[in-house]
Amino acid sequence: MMGFELVRRAAPSRRMQVLAPLQAVLLTLMAGLGLFALLGQNPMHAFHEFFIAPLSTANGVSELLLKASPLCLIGLGLAIAYRANVWNIGAEGQMYMGGVFATGLAIHFQESWGAFLLPAMIVAGMAGGMLWASLTALCRARFHASEILVSLMLTYVANLVVKYLVFGPWQDPQANNFPLTVEFQDNALFPLLAALGWEWFEGTRLNLSIVITLVAIPLAWFFCQRTFAGFQLAVAGVAPAAARYAGFSASRAIWMAMLASGGAAGLAGVSEVAGPIGQLNDRWTPEYGFTAIIVATLARLNPLAVPVAALLMALLYLGGESVQIGLQLPKSISQVFQGLLLMFLLGSEVLVRFRLRRRHPTAHAAPSASVSVATAAGEKAA
Amino acid sequence: MKRSTFLGATVASLALATLGLGAASAAEPLKAAFVYVGPVGDGGWTYAHDLGRKAMEKALGGKVVSTIVENVPESGDAERVIRDLAAKGNKLIFTTSFGYMDSTLKVAKSFPKVEFYHATGFKSAPNVTIYNSRMYEPAYLAGIIAGHMSKSGKLGVVASFPIPEVVRNINAYTMGARTVNPAITTKVVWVSTWYDPTKERQAAEALIGQGVDVLIQNTDSSAPLQAAQDKGVYAFGWDSDMTAYGPKAHLASAIEIWGGYYTKAAEAAVAGKPLKQTVWGGIKEGMNDLVSINPIVPEAARKQVADKRAEIAAGKLVFTGPIKGQDGSMKVAAGKSLTDKEVDSINWYVEGVEGQLPGQK
Repeated sequence: MMGFELVRRAAPSRRMQVLAPLQAVLLTLMAGLGLFALLGQNPMHAFHEFFIAPLSTANGVSELLLKASPLCLIGLGLAIAYRANVWNIGAEGQMYMGGVFATGLAIHFQESWGAFLLPAMIVAGMAGGMLWASLTALCRARFHASEILVSLMLTYVANLVVKYLVFGPWQDPQANNFPLTVEFQDNALFPLLAALGWEWFEGTRLNLSIVITLVAIPLAWFFCQRTFAGFQLAVAGVAPAAARYAGFSASRAIWMAMLASGGAAGLAGVSEVAGPIGQLNDRWTPEYGFTAIIVATLARLNPLAVPVAALLMALLYLGGESVQIGLQLPKSISQVFQGLLLMFLLGSEVLVRFRLRRRHPTAHAAPSASVSVATAAGEKAA
Repeated sequence: MKRSTFLGATVASLALATLGLGAASAAEPLKAAFVYVGPVGDGGWTYAHDLGRKAMEKALGGKVVSTIVENVPESGDAERVIRDLAAKGNKLIFTTSFGYMDSTLKVAKSFPKVEFYHATGFKSAPNVTIYNSRMYEPAYLAGIIAGHMSKSGKLGVVASFPIPEVVRNINAYTMGARTVNPAITTKVVWVSTWYDPTKERQAAEALIGQGVDVLIQNTDSSAPLQAAQDKGVYAFGWDSDMTAYGPKAHLASAIEIWGGYYTKAAEAAVAGKPLKQTVWGGIKEGMNDLVSINPIVPEAARKQVADKRAEIAAGKLVFTGPIKGQDGSMKVAAGKSLTDKEVDSINWYVEGVEGQLPGQK
């Protein structure tokens, strides 16, 4: 009987670390073709509508970047935190607080602060995200509370803070009691790229906030790979005992991880309220903070891969919209693609630590070192 | 079915183009698009809009084809969807939830030749027209039935957001019930979502746990009705006829009827004279109603509902004094009525509603 078996590698394969995500994407695309065929569509046509059509216009490209930018920003922060084994699940709430702090300045100092308003909002938004994250850091570092639960729960609290403000003190008096603030004036909004003379972006919503993300990518990489603090965080994550032995403070690592991820989420919040939304309202729950968890995971916590993962997640979202508008397929297709992608990624991960070997009918030499294909398949399904 | 008509229309227009009849041919159908906040299968708000859309397509024969986009979040995403629909040549765009207001206005600015219709908002523009329905009218009628059916004297509302649109429905429901039993009270649970069957169901169960025996909801799904069916109490359908979701618990359904309006808007657009007036219709205009009253509802209640319905259809305003506020103070004197402007920005509860209105100063 011929078959294959999985053999544990001596060391994780570097080549597969790069190839596994690519393989996952490829398998997702192939499964996607089958899915479209099952839905009674011409697969190539649907495929084009899902993956190519959204990118075929300047507006489409700018929408992709606009959607990917906050995902990337939050994903970078989370990648840093997760490297340190600090599981910040509450980036969504930290993003809300970034939006709240920036809105506070935008509606109270609209007249007096002139051109300084937007820079001040950026700083305030980052501070807001960090402040919210610091509550979790405090609970974890001082009281050993689970940061997963605390940060997640604080997301709901942050949402209630937003609601309190837009239903109460910050409500636009002209808004018929609807829960919204006034719309921000120009000096509280990120300028559109089109307005800055980039003609290619004429008529699109892409704004200068993308520059923050573009700067954050190399910064995050530099922090992780080239600074002592980044190294300390990584050690604290991979081998806490070794970190302690080396004299690295565990609570310092927690604080750094939470503040970095909270600050990034806060910045994403500013880029939303001072960008496409242009006000604070109670419906602003884009769930970027949760989607960014998938982004960071998909990127294997590598800051240089985060932008790619963010673009991919944004494309899955836009593609779902596109097939719905163009072919009237259900929008849940996006979620199916997200699920497929994660499943194939987890499956492909196996090949980083194991390799596939043809099973010889006679050789049963090292059963302890090999895993049967059946178990591997089980692992894949899980 | 939907898809095949759409494809059929595309094929037909392609055939025309290849025959050299040209794009300007009078036979080319008008393209209309609908942006939905929930799924068509919600059985409530979005389903009612989709029924209206289908009625429009049917009434206009092949003169109009429509595209839908469902589950569009009321965040920055809405603007992209609306812009995309406008860019793809839709000449009529209906955005069917309050949260799309500012996005609709922004897109409308860059597409002056496209007509936008926004449901339930308060901001308009030269090419953005507002339409809404006075759901507090059927809510009042539902209240009358609730007053007759409740044994505990406690009514419950599963409510979405504390905005005027919802507050006035809670008020009307309570006022209707108190015409039958002046001691009746209404409890409200806010779920902060329009469509989340799990949350809606939990809220309904919490209300039932507090002794509520007739529920109504101002959310988009049938979950509260299903919860009532399981727990052996009564409830209403909202936005669409929900009889099938809980036939025993279902007392009646307060429904939206959008078909007439959508048909008129499409006909006007085909004729080249788009509708521009704000429409806020009710039972009189045939934009909503209370339907499918359960046979167990006693004759006295049916008669009271029929009489009140006739009054409303003849133009009598629901919010006519005397109306007392929560604290018993007189809010609307006898013989006076709230103006449309006041109804549209109401932020206080009438007597009989329990709890504090969130955000009330």
